Amino acid sequence: MFKSKKITLFLIEIGELTYFGRRFFKELFSKPFEFKELLRQCYYIGNKSLLLVGVTGFIIGLVITLQTRPTLEEFGAESWMPSMVSISIVREIGPVIIALTFAGRIASGIGAELGSMRVTEQIDAMEVSGTNPFKYLVVTRVLATTLMLPILVILGDTIALYGSYLIENTKGDVSFQLYFNKVFNSLEFGDIIPAIIKTYFFGFAIGLVGCFKGYNCKKGTVGVGIAANSAVVFSSLLLFVIDFIAVFITDIFFEI
Amino acid sequence: MNDAKHIQETSKKLATKRLMLEIKDLRKSFGENNVLNGFDLELLEGENLVIMGKSGSGKSVMIKCLVGLMEPDSGSIKIMGKNLLGLNQINLDELRTEIGFLFQGSALYDSMTVRENLEFPLRRHKHKFGDNIDTSKLVTEALKNVGLIDAIDLMPAELSGGMKRRIALARTLILKPKIILYDEPTSGLDPITSKEIIELMRNIQRQYKTSSLIITHDVDCARVVSERIILLVDGINYAEGTFDELKNSKDEKVKAFFK
Repeated sequence: MFKSKKITLFLIEIGELTYFGRRFFKELFSKPFEFKELLRQCYYIGNKSLLLVGVTGFIIGLVITLQTRPTLEEFGAESWMPSMVSISIVREIGPVIIALTFAGRIASGIGAELGSMRVTEQIDAMEVSGTNPFKYLVVTRVLATTLMLPILVILGDTIALYGSYLIENTKGDVSFQLYFNKVFNSLEFGDIIPAIIKTYFFGFAIGLVGCFKGYNCKKGTVGVGIAANSAVVFSSLLLFVIDFIAVFITDIFFEI
Repeated sequence: MNDAKHIQETSKKLATKRLMLEIKDLRKSFGENNVLNGFDLELLEGENLVIMGKSGSGKSVMIKCLVGLMEPDSGSIKIMGKNLLGLNQINLDELRTEIGFLFQGSALYDSMTVRENLEFPLRRHKHKFGDNIDTSKLVTEALKNVGLIDAIDLMPAELSGGMKRRIALARTLILKPKIILYDEPTSGLDPITSKEIIELMRNIQRQYKTSSLIITHDVDCARVVSERIILLVDGINYAEGTFDELKNSKDEKVKAFFK
């Protein structure tokens, strides 16, 4: 009985999120366009995650190389190191881990910000003053996360590869030129393009869930905490679902 | 003879006054709970009308229906002759610029400074003032009117409750609305600050010639500000009259408000 109620509530939430997403597309193409606020959000969201993404990327590169090196050494296949690391980072590990860190930072931030605006009637005040709060607050934030995450992932991947090169250079005396020559020889468009495309969907999901949770926040200040927390949990879960679909589709078109 | 003349003049004045707001048979329920059961209201130009009622009597629901934040189940709302419930989003937003709303919790945008809070509605409705709008001058003027020009570059978190209420009032005034809706303007404030806010409301009414609808359960506020009072009980207009008329009423439910 208790489980079936939980499932019903979950399905209702999925339905509401879909309706929220539909409204996003409806408002996205209607005037007025909030360009100034969009730029502000892009700067804010991108800039806020820059350091975190950089550090995460660097550590991913270091750790993957350190962990994989002994196994490849055993088979005398150290020369495959740049190819293996670059393919795994660009295709999967980079986008997913950076998107998860981004979700932790941005989805919770948006959920808490919009949630507190909702409970303190700031969203109502905006609406009453003749400004469409959905367009001003939600459309700009979702668009900003959608546009910023791919850029951050490209940056994070690059830093991760640099981290990997540092280990290779220290342990295997591989030059910068040789390392990146091997990287670019092994990477194909089929590795890069689908990986970048899926990050747009990751960014969209993170922004949409964060805004959905915050915009519909209830139960006062307790609700703000719940909104921030569930925004991270829900968006992280959604990332894996999108990732599975993306890999499945890529497999059909690019034959991984 | 003089009395008859005075009555004639007053009724002539009232007859010539424009109807700013008209609510007819407004109904709203939440599940089994019927909050509004056919509420009626008329607000005339330049009038200060107070709505009094117990907590949970539907005052806030009614005022939210008035600005389109909530949709009533049935009834009609006419604001300056326009049927609110039949308006599309663009026309509704346009009409909203003629209505100021002072929220109970002030609802200042806490990520913006006081100046940005006041500039926000102004920048978005520039057309109302023409292309040569001097936002800085209008912001300064609104802040001077509420006596808080020194707070212009402060953040809302740095303001006291009374200051927040004054800034919220300045933000409401900046678009020079014709109607101002006050939702519990003195709640949560100490008696001295409450008096200051009440005095400010009277000054604003005189200066801007606005029509005001004030929701309150503060008897002092109702006594000083009101020209007419409506008591909202069980979702209907239970009683209506001037402060003195209602205060001297023999009805037990009415008396309870003025004890």
